Amino acid sequence: MIFVTVGTQLPFPRLMGWVDAIAARNALDVFAQTAEPNGAYRQIRHQPFVTPQEYDSIIADTRLIVGHAGIGTILTAKQKNLPLIIVPRRADRGEHRNDHQLATARNLTGHRGVHVAQSESELEAYLIAPTLESAFIEATPAKIALQTFVRDWIYR
Amino acid sequence: MKRKILVVASAGGHWHQACQITEALPAEDLFFVTTMDELPQMDGKAPFAIVADCNKNTPFRFLLCIGQAVSCLLRQRPDVVISTGALPGFAFIMIAHFLRIRTIWIDSVANAEEPSLAGQKARRFSTLWLSQWKHVADQVGGRFEGSVL
Repeated sequence: MIFVTVGTQLPFPRLMGWVDAIAARNALDVFAQTAEPNGAYRQIRHQPFVTPQEYDSIIADTRLIVGHAGIGTILTAKQKNLPLIIVPRRADRGEHRNDHQLATARNLTGHRGVHVAQSESELEAYLIAPTLESAFIEATPAKIALQTFVRDWIYR
Repeated sequence: MKRKILVVASAGGHWHQACQITEALPAEDLFFVTTMDELPQMDGKAPFAIVADCNKNTPFRFLLCIGQAVSCLLRQRPDVVISTGALPGFAFIMIAHFLRIRTIWIDSVANAEEPSLAGQKARRFSTLWLSQWKHVADQVGGRFEGSVL
């Protein structure tokens, strides 16, 4: 199934509306964590929040994650080797206090298996793609730089 | 020269980041501290100790964690303490500072806007204070030297 998660702090109705419409058009099996106590989505299974135990069992059934550009979501996808589609929250839509998620999304450009969608049509194209590359824990230049700096500092 | 390095991280994202950052260090120099039994075993990290989980709403458990930090640091006598958070990591960094042990705080990559609360508290007790975001490091006069992402 497809797991949609928007984190625990703020709802993200723009994304949920897109997912609901796309699921209807393409008969997709979707479970969504919405952070919305009264979310009214028709074509998907959803609940506002999930417990850590529920989270683990959901992830075990998940083949693809869709999320906001939250760091927790990105780390989960990389650890679990799942394809990730992120839709960054936008401050001008009242979805977050500032546009740091757009910055995070830009920072992830080039990370394999992390796919950024800015519109409903881009999201739909990813969701119906026959195959989508999975994310994984990469030895990125930024990570090697941090490891090396810490090692050299300790053993200088 | 050999060093003894104590790596402290709460279960969850803090732990995963601590493991990623320290995987380039000699395994025989490392001692791990976390908040959930089974986690170090699952990830093949040893030796290790488990301490009380705590947050800003659990003052009693924070005091318990301080006591555990004192006892663990006196027993292990590390040369360096590294933490990615959260509050238990701060307890270790603070006590290590008073024991004149070198300390490294690496703020979680999840704190992309401002330093974590524990990171802000740990600032004055850290020999080296890193954020994984340059603009966050700049807010508190810390350093940015890379990130796990």
